[in-house]
Amino acid sequence: MSAMWVGSPSEVLMRVATKAAGRKRSAVRRRMTLIIGLVMLGIAILAVLLAPVLVSQSPTTIDVLHPLASPGTGGHLLGTDQYGRDLLARILYGGRIDLAIAFGATSVTLVGGTMIGLVAGYLGGKIDSFLMRIVDLFFAFPFLVLIIAIIAMLGPSIFNMFLAIWITSWVSYARIMRAQTVTARKQQYVLAARALGYSNIRVMFRHILPNTASAVIIFSMVDAVGNIILAASLGFLGLGAQPPTPEWGAMISDGQNYILTSWWLATIPGLAVVFVGVAFSLIGDGLADLLRAGER
Amino acid sequence: MSRFGTLPRRLVHLLIVMFGITLVSFFLLRLIPGDPALAILGSSYTHTRAVAIDNFLGLNRPIWVQYGQYMGRLFRGNMGFSFFYDESATTVIGQHLGPTVFLVIYSAVLAAVISFPIGFYAGLRTSGILDQTTRVFFTLSFAMPAFWLGIILLLIFSVHLHVFPLNGFGSGLIGHLYYLFLPALTIALGFSTVLVRSLRAATIATLQAEFIDTARMKGIKWSQVLWRHVFRNAVLAVIAVYGVNLAYLISGTVLVENVFSLPGLGSLLVSSVADRDYPVVQGVTLLFAVLIVLINLLTDITQSALDPRVGQEIGT
Amino acid sequence: MTAPAAEPLTPSIGPGAPLLSVKDLHSYLATSQGVVRAVDGVSFTVHETEVLGIVGESGCGKTVTCRTIMGLMPARTVHTEGQVIYHPRNDINLLQATDHEFQSLRGADLAMIFQDPMTALNPVLSIGDQLIEAVRAHATMPTTQARRQAIDLLERVGIPAAPRRMKDYPFQFSGGMLQRALIAIALASSPRLLLADEPTTSLDVIIQDQILSLLLELQQDTGMSLILVSHDLAVISEMCDRIIVMYAGQVVEEGSAADVITAPRHPYTHALLDALPHAGERGQLRSIAGSPPSLIAVPPGCRFAPRCRFATDECHSWDTELIDAGERDHTARCWRQQEIAERQDSWQRSELA
Repeated sequence: MSAMWVGSPSEVLMRVATKAAGRKRSAVRRRMTLIIGLVMLGIAILAVLLAPVLVSQSPTTIDVLHPLASPGTGGHLLGTDQYGRDLLARILYGGRIDLAIAFGATSVTLVGGTMIGLVAGYLGGKIDSFLMRIVDLFFAFPFLVLIIAIIAMLGPSIFNMFLAIWITSWVSYARIMRAQTVTARKQQYVLAARALGYSNIRVMFRHILPNTASAVIIFSMVDAVGNIILAASLGFLGLGAQPPTPEWGAMISDGQNYILTSWWLATIPGLAVVFVGVAFSLIGDGLADLLRAGER
Repeated sequence: MSRFGTLPRRLVHLLIVMFGITLVSFFLLRLIPGDPALAILGSSYTHTRAVAIDNFLGLNRPIWVQYGQYMGRLFRGNMGFSFFYDESATTVIGQHLGPTVFLVIYSAVLAAVISFPIGFYAGLRTSGILDQTTRVFFTLSFAMPAFWLGIILLLIFSVHLHVFPLNGFGSGLIGHLYYLFLPALTIALGFSTVLVRSLRAATIATLQAEFIDTARMKGIKWSQVLWRHVFRNAVLAVIAVYGVNLAYLISGTVLVENVFSLPGLGSLLVSSVADRDYPVVQGVTLLFAVLIVLINLLTDITQSALDPRVGQEIGT
Repeated sequence: MTAPAAEPLTPSIGPGAPLLSVKDLHSYLATSQGVVRAVDGVSFTVHETEVLGIVGESGCGKTVTCRTIMGLMPARTVHTEGQVIYHPRNDINLLQATDHEFQSLRGADLAMIFQDPMTALNPVLSIGDQLIEAVRAHATMPTTQARRQAIDLLERVGIPAAPRRMKDYPFQFSGGMLQRALIAIALASSPRLLLADEPTTSLDVIIQDQILSLLLELQQDTGMSLILVSHDLAVISEMCDRIIVMYAGQVVEEGSAADVITAPRHPYTHALLDALPHAGERGQLRSIAGSPPSLIAVPPGCRFAPRCRFATDECHSWDTELIDAGERDHTARCWRQQEIAERQDSWQRSELA
């Protein structure tokens, strides 16, 4: 046939045209999402760490004389709960636990799950089958139920919350990372590295990992939101931090009893959860846009 | 060529998964630090009872014998004995099964009813008002804990507007539908985020496919193109997402039943944790897992029915 | 074995009469890099029972032209000017046709088949269902009759065991079979004009031949007009009555197939013919150096000048237009065509001497 230049068909022109409308507008918006998310998260972290500086009251001091004060009365910016404890103080101190889970639980499962997925995907064979069977097994259970069951057996406490999440949440990362690794294994750059005689460990960590990390990092943001909600849920069910330690979920649960009279007790801690959740969500979206744009 | 050609293979896979589930729930009880008999009996501890439990669990026997005992009992429908309720665990669990199953089905249907039209329409008219508002709304609801959303809905609709009841299961089908509307809505809204996003993306992708041009070229009505060609293909992607997010749905029931005081498996799970009723905890966990496996199977079958390519070896 | 042609749905205006007239068509696409002038002033006419070939490189605007005629361009990002007159329907200008008007035209008057048969069919519906849908698009009839017609169509396009294959899905067909099925779908409502956009490009050579023969056979049986688009001049020259050569969004040569192939006037057409490998020839394939210009920032003057071996300074500033080449209806967009033709003749004579 003729030796003319045959490039991409003119169909591409049309596809570019249809995308054109959206792309130009979101070029600026893309960075915005990430920035807003980071700012929100920064505010949350600072507020929680600087709690002693920001509030003079202690979150656990009981004041029988002023229970269920509405926001703004008697020097309590957000009111008090049924024991007269300052709500603002409880929110700020309580946030420490939820944020600790968001970071602590997520980071460990991120690292652990990624390692396992990387090894399974790279080595393949029986190790891969075995590890993935275990992953499938965990996926057969609804996570919350499994975590509740584990905490039930071990006893409710903050540490056991961490433990339960560590035991169950690594599987998502493993699955994602394994899929990525299996695809990466067939790419040119991996074949080249192995042909050069690089050790398996070196190929895995210095070649495959940097190129595939974006998927798990983006997922970790989604997972962080999930873990915050998980922590709050467990607290709500009384399976996390035990009283009198404040925690957002537990506060919502307590507040539920007074919903008819003092609705803010249940509502405000929830807003805090949503705030941090949205922050992580935006960071995740922003990162996704950024990393995907870079890949083109 | 049978469309259900892979069904036998899937059933085998199902059995393997079931087997694995029982393994995990078996080991759950073994997680208890210290003396299981002491933990299980709690205040009704007596030496005789403790010995009975030791024998029941086979704690002085090798581990595979213990597992064998456990499996044997399971096959006979015996999930252990609830010392708290003073009844067989199977009975207790059975009594709580109904509300949860109803809630799960209700939420799944409600989620579809809400998200399919919105997702499809948003995909057809991208950058429209509907598209933008739903995107903001769903980013927010993704970060919202299901139980908190439930409380807010309760606050608005039950406490202030008195439209829906505060709690309870109701009686009769209509009663159930009425009483469970807010709980089902709570779960459905959380679920809808992912479904809307997924359907929207699938719709946009399908619209650009070449076969849509072929369909238009025939000169059939646009509504026919939308339904038979665009929707039929876009919805396939969503069925898969449905399956993956079922874990969310089930977890949602645990929390929502608590908020709305529904006498379902979720409430039972939570209360039995507080009551240290270990056999019930174990049994409920097992049952939840079985529920998920069944729903996954249902999703697979639906996908096979709607998409003839599933499970086939597609050659060149 | 061919079934008798189905009744045409619009009255025939007589063989050789103009069927579709494209007048000064401009199609501009809005992209993030700017406005792409994909079709920049294209005019041609397709007559009844005629086979018109449009040949050119990828990106020259031939596909956009076809899609614009069919109204399949995305409305939000495309700006069109000019006229596309379809004569049998009261000279309606397709560029201003409403969705409703298009819906009655598509299938019954105008039909199109696309380049990649593997993606051109709905993967979740059977071939039979999709064919029946096409049959019933413009005629109400009971299902059994529609089914019979669909089977007839499949047999006519050469698909063996048609009744059984009605139940099969696209993924069970090979590329060649799918393209045949697509042709059947396109012909279901007996269109007067069929646009075939690179129908054989993604098929292997032997199948290509079969499909092209099929198209020609069907065209002769039904008397419909055919616009065949390809980047392959060899294919075009075998099939077509008239040929249009397109480059960078413009028509650079137009004439009868015989004239364009044996006596090309535009340097680009020359180059295309030169680049065709000839059986028995040895040595390097002659390709055309360089690449087509950007359609966003279009250079002034002749668009082919940067790659043309006959180009002079004047070519880069010449406001191009189609110039008569002397013979019946043969035009080319080159002001030096007479000169070049004479030089070619003298070179050839000197070679033969």
